[in-house]
Amino acid sequence: MIELFTLIPNSFYASILISIAVGIVGSLIVINKNSFIAGSIAHGSFGGIGIAFYFGIPILLSTSIFASILAIILSFITLKMPHRSDAVIGAIWAIGMSIGIIFSEMTPGYNSGLISYLFGSILTIANEDINMMIGVDSLLIIFILFLYNQILLISYDKEFSKVQGLNVTLLHTIFLILTALTIVMSVRAIGLILIIALFTIPPFIAEKFTKSLKSMMFLSAILSAIFMISGIIISFYYDISATATIILLASVSFFAVMFKKN
Amino acid sequence: MVEIKNLTFKYNNEIILENINLKIEKYDYVALIGPNGGGKTTLIKLILGLLKPTSGKIILNTKKIGYVPQYTNFSLDIPIRVIDVVLQGRLNKFKFFYNEKDKKIALEKLSLVGMSKFQNKKISDLSGGQRQRVLIARALVNEPDILILDEPTSAIDIKGQKEIYKILKSLNITKLIISHDINILLEGVNKVAWISKKLVLHNTPDLHFKPNEEHFCEVDFINAIQNCNVCHGEHT
Repeated sequence: MIELFTLIPNSFYASILISIAVGIVGSLIVINKNSFIAGSIAHGSFGGIGIAFYFGIPILLSTSIFASILAIILSFITLKMPHRSDAVIGAIWAIGMSIGIIFSEMTPGYNSGLISYLFGSILTIANEDINMMIGVDSLLIIFILFLYNQILLISYDKEFSKVQGLNVTLLHTIFLILTALTIVMSVRAIGLILIIALFTIPPFIAEKFTKSLKSMMFLSAILSAIFMISGIIISFYYDISATATIILLASVSFFAVMFKKN
Repeated sequence: MVEIKNLTFKYNNEIILENINLKIEKYDYVALIGPNGGGKTTLIKLILGLLKPTSGKIILNTKKIGYVPQYTNFSLDIPIRVIDVVLQGRLNKFKFFYNEKDKKIALEKLSLVGMSKFQNKKISDLSGGQRQRVLIARALVNEPDILILDEPTSAIDIKGQKEIYKILKSLNITKLIISHDINILLEGVNKVAWISKKLVLHNTPDLHFKPNEEHFCEVDFINAIQNCNVCHGEHT
């Protein structure tokens, strides 16, 4: 087992770095009921991947910009028209994917890396991705250290936070941009189709066992790391897809907890 | 404390509030009553500055407003402790962390509403009445001059309602409360504003009877008023 991680150390680092993001961003997605928005950013960001293929620009850069623009649009829509936002969120999901499909089809030989963006390939993570994860995790940690109390208030009671004078629009937008960057950094490891499961299942389980958001974040990060590392080990020995194994492990635990708690 | 002058509010060209005039003096305890959709919550949001009047104006004599929102707006599942909810009242745009003073005041206000021993409980484990008391404590941590409450007793059992009325009565500040519960008139309110697009202001009659603790509804209330000499035969 130890040999496995010396053989592919990046998959181990990526698991830990992504789990930190799952703890912070995932918990906030779950308590704010934002999974659909996160799903929309994740799938929509495929547009950024297609654009990068076609114009030959760096994928992480192109996708980060594309996903951040989606996040800003989604932030305004969800705040301005909360009761009809689901339709627009769904549309952005599809628009991004369509842009991605058209641009990658126009690119000769596009097929090569496509599957890994859709389903992830955590066993072949490049140093470039690890660097981005370190950068985004640092931003997330600074964000949550400074804004923990304000974010908690906005998540709990938007109206009261407006009366207290908090800038709800700005904080919500910053949070969604960070969500977008987190998704981009995890896309090559987890794949944009499975990413939302990884970002929502550990926090959902953690929420049932914790009394504060802080402890929910810690517990989700730990659960996510356990799912990811054991998923990688199992998939390695049985020669099956690592990401699918991780998500299945998480899902089985999720239903076990739901069953037990009810 | 609060003066509302010729206030009109339109939403999508529909008149929600029309030519509202209301003066709330210091230490007034004002009840806002009226039908659903009559504009009670809208008026409160205008006073809080969450909405802007279409015409007319609201003059506020204070910036320190304590606000207890309607409980239906909340995310119930969020893991958050009682003490953390109360502390939220100390936050503002430029304040990110709590200090010792904040914690001291939060505990003081929790004990004022009789919830000290629940400080480390998860808020979703409390009963509706207990949660509402925590929200009152949160509204009080900034030592406000006026307390504004939106239906604090809806969806709470009679015992819980009584406790909340008792706490509110004991607070020596200006209060404005939206209520669907006619009993509020027996709990120290001195002005009643009825709102249904327009506002009609009443002074509360001084009612000298003690309602039955077990059961007291609108029917008893009407009976009691008919038998009540302060009404000077206006109700027959």
